[in-house]
Amino acid sequence: MVTTAANLRKGQKGIITEFPNEGFPLKLMEMGCLPGNTVELVQVAPFNDPIYINVGDSHIAIRRSLAETIVLELIED
Amino acid sequence: MATKEIKVALLGNPNTGKTSVFNALTGLNQKVGNYPGITVEKKIGFCKLGNGTTAKILDLPGTYSLNTTSLDESIAVEILLNKKGEYFPDVAIVVAEVENLKRNLLLFSQIKDLGIPTVLVINMADRMQKNGISLDVESLSKELGTKVILSSVRNNSGISEIKQSIEDIDAISTDSFLDITEVSPEYFERLKKLFPQEDPYKLWLVTTQDVNFTEIDKNQQAQVNDITTTVDLRRYQHKETVLRYKKINASLKKAYLKDPTKATSLKAKIDSVLTHKVWGYLIFFAILFLIFQVIYDWSNYPMDLIDGFFASASNWVSKTLPSGMFTNLIAEGILAGIGGIVIFIPQIAFLFLFISILEESGYMSRVVFLMDKLMRPFGLSGKSVVPLMSGTACAIPAIMASRTIENWKERLITILVIPFTTCSARLPVYLIIISIVIPEGSFMFISYQAFTLMALYILGFGVSILSAWILHKILKIKTKSFFVMEMPGYKMPQAKNVGITVLEKTKSFVFGAGKIILAISVILWFLGSYGLSEDFKNAEKNVDEKIASNGFSDFNKTFISSNIQNYELSLRDSVRTKVYHINNQDIQDSLAIKRNDLIAVAKEDELAGYKLEHSFMGQMGKAFEPLVKPLGYDWKIGIAVLASFAAREVFVGTLATIYSVGSGGEEEETIKERLAAEVHPSTQKPVFNFASGISILLFYAFAMQCMSTLAIVKRETNTWKWPMLQLAIMTGFAYLVALIAYQFLK
Ligand SMILES: Nc1nc2c(ncn2[C@@H]2O[C@H](COP(=O)(O)OP(=O)(O)OP(=O)(O)O)[C@@H](O)[C@H]2O)c(=O)[nH]1
Ligand SMILES: [Mg+2]
Repeated sequence: MVTTAANLRKGQKGIITEFPNEGFPLKLMEMGCLPGNTVELVQVAPFNDPIYINVGDSHIAIRRSLAETIVLELIED
Repeated sequence: MATKEIKVALLGNPNTGKTSVFNALTGLNQKVGNYPGITVEKKIGFCKLGNGTTAKILDLPGTYSLNTTSLDESIAVEILLNKKGEYFPDVAIVVAEVENLKRNLLLFSQIKDLGIPTVLVINMADRMQKNGISLDVESLSKELGTKVILSSVRNNSGISEIKQSIEDIDAISTDSFLDITEVSPEYFERLKKLFPQEDPYKLWLVTTQDVNFTEIDKNQQAQVNDITTTVDLRRYQHKETVLRYKKINASLKKAYLKDPTKATSLKAKIDSVLTHKVWGYLIFFAILFLIFQVIYDWSNYPMDLIDGFFASASNWVSKTLPSGMFTNLIAEGILAGIGGIVIFIPQIAFLFLFISILEESGYMSRVVFLMDKLMRPFGLSGKSVVPLMSGTACAIPAIMASRTIENWKERLITILVIPFTTCSARLPVYLIIISIVIPEGSFMFISYQAFTLMALYILGFGVSILSAWILHKILKIKTKSFFVMEMPGYKMPQAKNVGITVLEKTKSFVFGAGKIILAISVILWFLGSYGLSEDFKNAEKNVDEKIASNGFSDFNKTFISSNIQNYELSLRDSVRTKVYHINNQDIQDSLAIKRNDLIAVAKEDELAGYKLEHSFMGQMGKAFEPLVKPLGYDWKIGIAVLASFAAREVFVGTLATIYSVGSGGEEEETIKERLAAEVHPSTQKPVFNFASGISILLFYAFAMQCMSTLAIVKRETNTWKWPMLQLAIMTGFAYLVALIAYQFLK
């Protein structure tokens, strides 16, 4: 199923397929947020934003608006 | 070989232990902490190598790549790209962290491509086992084509190998890691035609960076920009990143193994509590609360000791040294002033202890995560919380810490509102005033005094948030940026790191403030002890006349009569219980002697008060008094407030000096007693009462009274406009609030 990082539930994982947004921050890619890598949602902050993900080698917090531009293929288990 | 200096730059992702390595190499004590962005400016140190050469070591802020997004990151990159610059390194040491090795290698690969000899240090080896990591240094070294060193600064391993590798720099290959032209052969072909001399990777960096460097001038740069579109450039950059990771994955494939089941379970468990929707906030506020309770309660004992010590020291000096000007200067000027700062060491140390434990544990990043959404409506970012919290120690490092905020508007607002948070320099003022005007006693477990202190901190924080919101609405700055915060693993705070931070910070508080206090108290003592007016010269005569015609002041009258009464009671008691065997006449004699003594003390007291009032300082203070009178201050407090514009922490020391110059009594008094005993000469009411006390507290809560902060704001914003606005608006606001509070409460 195709979704975005913003729609993951806690503990769910997905594999990044693309960044439809032209201006997707290079820094995030450099931190390991690359197509083909797995994203896991670790925590959601109070008030639902930001979210805390584990991607590539990094545990990072990003805002929901940015997470919406990370398109994933959900891993079902 | 002649002694030559090798320039070494420590680079790497944030929070990998660069500063720890730096400290280990140089023996210095730069601040270390488990939060990405502890180091925000370059630091230099030296290290003697085995072969007689000296290495000049540069500790730099962490960066995730050579493409930077915040100011602290760009400091490192600018140094690397400026070949002619003073700091351009002969060798780059990339400090990587074993848990995130893959990501760390991205920066490594970029630096290697710059053609700088690059050593890879993989730090935190002590965490490998727990995280199920195994690493083959030999084969990784071959794959990457460079020297690889496994180290653990915690266990002091690998440091000598790092030194050795600096000695052997000639053996390190400078081959590039990635052939950048692979990204787009056709584009790089065109680039090469324009600049046949230049290295393609450097050219590529100039094109994509805003940092100005190298020999390429503006004109040529425009040409470079002409041959492609920004959209294409972005695409190439993305592609470059993908390619780099591909190669890195290939190199790590055999050498680096990670057991995924072991890796993150503990971290995840702690995180699910500390960043929980409800528990997360509760724990955060409980921690804050604990800090205040501890600062208030635990420090009382050492503080009383110190206060008493200085009082007796001052007393001892005036009794032992031959009386005269010099003795007075030491006893009344210097000792009183220094006592006013040393007394706060326990509190300051506790404050730094807590901040540093929070930083070392990894908790700060969670605070950023918890607070980001809440801060956004105010034009701040979650990352503003850390500067605001470290602002409780001192505004200066806090303003520096704001360098990690990517968004300029958020950063500017953070800088502008930080001085409202209650810095440690305000603490002395709060503590002393609270202890005088707020009653002791407690409600449930919370003492009124601790509660007042906490309320003041909350007030400071509240006002900074509120002004942030106003600035957010007023300032029209368009910026485009995004928020990303790394969440480091939890670590047991290391006693040594915490200890060093506490020691260094406390030392700099005491010596920094101490110097100013010393100077100011000497000046004040002089101004308070000398005068040129007629009244000052004829002080003795005038006071005698006044006493002869009007008697003593009410205060001294009660002082004498109550002392005599007590004395008589105890004397008669002693006679009744047969401790003394004396008759009534003896009692009368002894009472007369006592009375004379008391009269002498009272007279000296009035004389000292009179002299002070007509000294230089008195005249200055009187001129200044109309301005502070509506706030409920007398001219002495006015002087202390004025002196505080150099630095707030001088307030208590200044008052201590003024009052001790102005009291002629022999009694040894602590600062607190002295302040509490001070009365208005006309009304004989305490100078520090509830209304004036609250007014002082509020004034200090809001006024911009710190020259160093103004200077830093100027440096970080590059204009005098912001610091001047801060000075005017904050001080005006402080005056207004203090005025309203006093007029209401009096
Ligand atoms: N377990 C372990 N922790 C370490 C080691 N070296 C450093 N640390 C800890 O890692 C954290 C970060 O260390 P720093 O030296 O401040 O890292 P830095 O790279 O200078 O960080 P920034 O200046 O923020 O970029 C601190 O909490 C250190 O105590 C190590 O070998 N093992
Ligand atoms: Mg550092």
